[in-house]
Amino acid sequence: MHIIKFIAFFTIGFFSLAANAALDIEITGGGAQQTPIAVVPFGNAKSIKEDMAKIISDDLYRSGLFRPLNSSGMPNLPTNAAQINYSEWAALQAQAIVVGSISPLPDGRLNVSFQLADVFKQQPLVDMDFQLQAKHARMTAHKIADVIYEKLTGHPGAFASRIAYVKKLGERHFLYVADSDGYNPQSLVNSNEPVISPAWSPDGSKMAYVSFEKKKPIVFIHTLTTGQRKIVANYKGNNSAPAWSPDGKKLAIVLTYGANSQIYTINASGSNLQSITKSRAIDTEPAFSPDGKWIYFTSDRGGKPQIYKTSANGGGEVSRVTYEGAYNVSPRFSPDGTKLVYIRNDGGRFRVAMQDLTNGQVQLLSEGSQDESPSFSPNGRVILYATKKGTRGSLASVSFDGKVRQSLSEARGDVRESAWGPMLK
Amino acid sequence: MKHATKIHSKLLMAAAITMILVACKSTPMKDNAAVEDKSAGTSTSGASDVTSDASDVKGAVIDGSSGDGSINELNDPNNILSKRNIYFDFNSDTIRDEFRPNIEAHAKYLQAHSNAKVTLQGNADERGTREYNLSLGQRRSVAVKTALNLLGVADSQIETVSYGEENANPACGDDGCYQADRRVEIVYPNE
Repeated sequence: MHIIKFIAFFTIGFFSLAANAALDIEITGGGAQQTPIAVVPFGNAKSIKEDMAKIISDDLYRSGLFRPLNSSGMPNLPTNAAQINYSEWAALQAQAIVVGSISPLPDGRLNVSFQLADVFKQQPLVDMDFQLQAKHARMTAHKIADVIYEKLTGHPGAFASRIAYVKKLGERHFLYVADSDGYNPQSLVNSNEPVISPAWSPDGSKMAYVSFEKKKPIVFIHTLTTGQRKIVANYKGNNSAPAWSPDGKKLAIVLTYGANSQIYTINASGSNLQSITKSRAIDTEPAFSPDGKWIYFTSDRGGKPQIYKTSANGGGEVSRVTYEGAYNVSPRFSPDGTKLVYIRNDGGRFRVAMQDLTNGQVQLLSEGSQDESPSFSPNGRVILYATKKGTRGSLASVSFDGKVRQSLSEARGDVRESAWGPMLK
Repeated sequence: MKHATKIHSKLLMAAAITMILVACKSTPMKDNAAVEDKSAGTSTSGASDVTSDASDVKGAVIDGSSGDGSINELNDPNNILSKRNIYFDFNSDTIRDEFRPNIEAHAKYLQAHSNAKVTLQGNADERGTREYNLSLGQRRSVAVKTALNLLGVADSQIETVSYGEENANPACGDDGCYQADRRVEIVYPNE
């Protein structure tokens, strides 16, 4: 009886993966530090199509910090903390247990109740209820996983967030937004011309990007929920590399009025264009520091491309940030502003490097040869980037300490231009 | 019916493989240390409304158009004007001497046809980041524009644009292949 249940569980899991996930995920690393945790199937789980316990369990597994245990052979499957027979779960060597149940509300929504308990102390650590429409069950499971992650690691989770990436399939270019685990991919743009440089607004409601649909690069802002698209910058020459100011009011962009790419700021409405850099070199790939005071950018003013910084108000001094290596580009900040990730050409291999801005130390994090577009997760614990497997692009991520690696690959198409968005409210 | 059964057993096999892979990755636990509550409070409780996810996203489908394909002096394969590519060295925007006659021919055409407009599309090979390559492609297109200007072509007839590495061949493995990607294309938008 248990065997039949077991297979059915995994078969359903496989079906839903094939139907909804664009990205297949494989993780390596983590190892000795993993906390064994049992995520018990939720009570009344069959009333919705999403398997919330499995989503939570998969999130925790992918972090590399947890080892979800298989509870299918257990004599009792509790659905609330009062039902937990702690000695049974201690025998399974679980250190923590997650239980929950789903019940309908009179207004047609659902109530999801969950508890996280410490198996050895035999006491609940968290007791929460969520009210939601059934279609938000996946995201609710990610939020629950975030609560568990934070309670057990001391750091906020980032499962309830989204990523953006570009996929080229045949001659078409798609800009996708998907959940952080690759599920629910939604095409924001589907174009016969390239789309590059997606940039999330700080509140996650809008995406700025560069589209070549008018046969030249133009900066658009796309409102996610309405589909409304607005041209922010369409000046003579190139318009590219949008980066939001932390307050979401301005964008740093790159224009080629004269010859070379130079950095400007512009209001999100498209007004008030202001010049930030004035050089005879290439200045591009701006990024605001999280305190809004600085713009870091790539420049080849010293001969080879390196990262520099200048005042976000323009007109100030420009100082160099990277010194190691002959080619450092694409700076992106950690949410707390203490770390910078960028791409280094390391003897012909383009790899993700992370610089600690408090002490200047640099660590090479990725192991590819054509890695691009690094961005931090909203909790600052993971860096998402684009890499190449053979001739096809795919996505990968690495924890900030280099210990846990994930590979996220699509069955078809060439994936690139990744950007991790903010937490969902 | 047989077919359906076959698919089903394939799925089961895939599921079984997934299970084995997951099982292999698990490492035996050595100590039974209790989990520690590392967050600020001793116990957390609360309620929350969940109102958004990636499915609340609306997109756009975009299709451009291209020219009518008729033959004239610009696309006659026997005319030098049909040679539209100027190639560059790695990370360079210097125009090599072998491309001077080509640029001179286009300068002459543009001066003879003052209504004609040209777009110089800069390109880069795929090595390096897309935005940096966009800038590099732009610098190459400006190098060709400057050469046309020096030969007397008016600014108003020329637009420079860069495609960066967007048109690069993703299967390149040697410099012969990369070389083909490092180019400025001379495009007459109205042809």
